[in-house]
Amino acid sequence: MLRVDIEKQLGDFSLHASFSSEGRVIGLFGASGAGKTSLVNMIAGLLRPDRGTIVIDGETVDDTAAGIHVPTYRRRIGYVFQDARLFPHLSVAQNLDYGRRMNGLAFDPAQHKRIIDLLDIGALQDRRPGKLSGGERQRVALGRALLSKPRLLLLDEPLGALDEGRKLEILPYLVRLRDEANVPMVYVSHDVAELRQLATQIVMLKQGRVTSLGGVKVLA
Amino acid sequence: MTEISPAEWTAILLSLRVAIIATLVATPFGIALAWLLARRDFWGKSLLDALVHLPLVLPPVVTGYLLLLTFGRRGLVGGFLADHLGIVFSFRWTGAALACGVMSFPLLVRPMRLSIEAIDRRLEQAAETLGAAPWKVFLTVTLPLALPGVLAGMVLGFAKAIGEFGATITFVSNIPGETQTISSAIYSLIQTPDGDAAAGRLVIVSIVLALGALIAAEWFARRATQRLHGN
Repeated sequence: MLRVDIEKQLGDFSLHASFSSEGRVIGLFGASGAGKTSLVNMIAGLLRPDRGTIVIDGETVDDTAAGIHVPTYRRRIGYVFQDARLFPHLSVAQNLDYGRRMNGLAFDPAQHKRIIDLLDIGALQDRRPGKLSGGERQRVALGRALLSKPRLLLLDEPLGALDEGRKLEILPYLVRLRDEANVPMVYVSHDVAELRQLATQIVMLKQGRVTSLGGVKVLA
Repeated sequence: MTEISPAEWTAILLSLRVAIIATLVATPFGIALAWLLARRDFWGKSLLDALVHLPLVLPPVVTGYLLLLTFGRRGLVGGFLADHLGIVFSFRWTGAALACGVMSFPLLVRPMRLSIEAIDRRLEQAAETLGAAPWKVFLTVTLPLALPGVLAGMVLGFAKAIGEFGATITFVSNIPGETQTISSAIYSLIQTPDGDAAAGRLVIVSIVLALGALIAAEWFARRATQRLHGN
């Protein structure tokens, strides 16, 4: 599903990561500064590796030796950021529809309803992002990413900006997503409990290097 | 005494036409340049930035003279345009619009640039991850979020254009009905005996137009802030 073998120098920090995974939810675990976000940005194409390859679902999206770098907008990925990044000038409904419009996909009422119900965001449709709570914003961001029909969903500490109560509010949605949405995910977190609940496979990152790889047991 | 005469109306309407055309033509260039200065790094960027601001600090008569040399009948560009496309600037209202467009350009670009700089680039990244090609990102995220700044720049540029004097009179002279704008008309009137009343009326018109434009620009700037906060 996902194969990564990259090197990147970012100032004094060097990132050198190699792993491959067929897992449904790859948990990318590490302390802050371990290079998790840089790695995810490279999978998304927002950052370009100095050397190496990235393969998503059989398609090589980065191969520095062959001069391949597929731009972000053609990677068919979904990305949920820590700070939802909803478009402030669009309503929730327009935010949700953005990916479909940009990719020229036909409206899929069944999928639309399934995701709206799954995330429980039907009542928010007419609101502006500025009028949403942190938890609501993150659910809309999840819906927006899913509705663009990605082949891989990247989640970079999606609960990181929320307090404990809100985290517990969102976590069940993420579990449902994993079990029902049928989209492979890369889930970045520094929270062991979160990853235990969600991940099916763990990639542990320390100071820019992969230190262990395996099931959730490696978190112990 | 308080009645605006037909000759004054001619100057007012000409000023409006000149300023509107100057603003509309300058706007797409202004947006492109604002985006370039706000979002791209390239060799010679500070030079380009300085060039854009040059009409703001150069004596207007110098700008006007340079326009005459470049876009006059015998000028390098002006000669070509006149011979091949039939576009003539010298001593025409189109020349007045060109002079006003150049002179107001720095004021037009500045709010546009600031509003583009204020947009969170991470929103543009988010749009890209959702499948939007760069030009779509610009049209669906950057431009709508910058719109109040774009409008503010247009209003400010318009206000400057309607009051432009030095470069215009140098480039296209002061011909009633063709190139005599409000400013040039006031200039002629205060040199004429008994012209005070007419000059006074045009002065009031200028003040009203300029004040209206500044208030409008302020209002657009406030809208921009609200828009960026998603309310």
